Amino acid sequence: METIKKHFREASDMGVMLGRSMRHILRSMDTIITVTIMPIAFMLLFVYVFGGAIQTGTDNYANYLLPGILLIAIASGIAYTSYRLFMDMQSGIFERFHSMPIARSAPLWGHVLTSLVSNAISVVVIILVALIMGFRSSAGVLSWLAVAGILALFTLALTWIAAIAGLSATSVDGAGAFAYPIIFLPFVSSAFVPTKSMPSGVRAFAENQPVTSIVDAIRALLSGQPVGNDIWIALAWCVGIMLVAYVFAMRAYKKRV
Amino acid sequence: MQNQAIQVKGLQKSYKKLHVLKGVDFEVEKGSIFALLGSNGAGKTTIVKILTTLLKPDGGTAFVNGFEVVSKDDDVRQSISLTGQFAAVDEILTGRENLIMIAKLRHLKNPLQVADDLLTRFGLTDAADRRVSTYSGGMRRRLDIAMSLVGKPQLIFLDEPTNGLDPEARIEVWKTVKELANNGTTVLLTTQYLDEAEQLADRIAILHEGRIIANGTLADLKKLFPPAKVEYIEKQPSLEEIFLAIIGKKEKK
Repeated sequence: METIKKHFREASDMGVMLGRSMRHILRSMDTIITVTIMPIAFMLLFVYVFGGAIQTGTDNYANYLLPGILLIAIASGIAYTSYRLFMDMQSGIFERFHSMPIARSAPLWGHVLTSLVSNAISVVVIILVALIMGFRSSAGVLSWLAVAGILALFTLALTWIAAIAGLSATSVDGAGAFAYPIIFLPFVSSAFVPTKSMPSGVRAFAENQPVTSIVDAIRALLSGQPVGNDIWIALAWCVGIMLVAYVFAMRAYKKRV
Repeated sequence: MQNQAIQVKGLQKSYKKLHVLKGVDFEVEKGSIFALLGSNGAGKTTIVKILTTLLKPDGGTAFVNGFEVVSKDDDVRQSISLTGQFAAVDEILTGRENLIMIAKLRHLKNPLQVADDLLTRFGLTDAADRRVSTYSGGMRRRLDIAMSLVGKPQLIFLDEPTNGLDPEARIEVWKTVKELANNGTTVLLTTQYLDEAEQLADRIAILHEGRIIANGTLADLKKLFPPAKVEYIEKQPSLEEIFLAIIGKKEKK
């Protein structure tokens, strides 16, 4: 009974923390706009400018492109997770939380949950824009759920990387800088062009980095194709990165509090 | 034993090679205002962090409300509040939202009512629904202290509560602190301003180079000096008195 009560309290504390940082997000519309505008701009650029010259073997380039765009959106979204965490550590409010009778990790989990929710919002916005641009999917409910699951795991994996950066950065710029290489990864993957068109060295990298398997798995799910091994490789990457990053983030957190 | 809110014995703390606390001893009586006076870097904040469970001591013992700070840190956190050196308020939320957030984290029955009461008590009702980023330094500090009072902790720590405030805001904060003590809350405050300790504290401890070198009431400390010689001199107003007098006149007009 006591432990149930304790878990209930902890869940409620995390809810309060989530409410707090969601308010932060809703009150700084510029962050929402930056996070969704860039991927949407990429989508416009690739569908209406470069798309005509890219041979993907499909007739609908928006369908081909969307998974990669979603990953880029998440990668740029987590830069703000890192930024918010860093700003919190700088202000006195974290000390107040830590001197209160709440779980020590509650403020950190608040940021992690916020990252999940805010990235889910930008993913939905981008899918709506993609629908306007001609994206169509024959996927059923189960496939969509699988896509949501993969994206959530991807977000969590990157969020814990963001937590390491936010906790150990010494400047605001440093807190967000780690996201650039991650935003760049989809470009060297199957997200925009088939890897077959790349020179062998680049192709070897592209085919063996996490983004390709995640993109391929999502693309197959959305187009109703068999997913094959891709989905397991994608899940393994997400869970693996998440666990490693979690361990290091927690270590960095304990050092700070 | 039960009359002591804080008991500290032989407290030690080092950061790498820097020996900050070299055996600190003091006690704080329940319901009193205790001032820890010392220059910058004397270790005041380190003591506050240890007593509020944010830092672990390297040696010595510390009890807060009867709970040992390392082994009973949950109980300690349950019974105290910290107002840190930098205003621990959320700038993006409104004053009311800040108070409600803390009330929810303390699992109080009626967060809205608690927030309302504290807003009234601290004269923040008019600003309640404005974002804290628009508050003046004094208002921010008042909100900060109000947040520390959510859930009526028995003991509150104020780390340099008037640092960076203008003279008027300082006097506002002083008034608040005195009211706290009148209501039975124990207050431990740190300060580098002598007049602040003199104005507020029942007991003053002077922290110097990692040790308490003097501890007592203002009268006790005065006795450490040779008896005052009576001299008649014209009283010069301090700049602070002049400043407040001029501002006061302006406001009356």
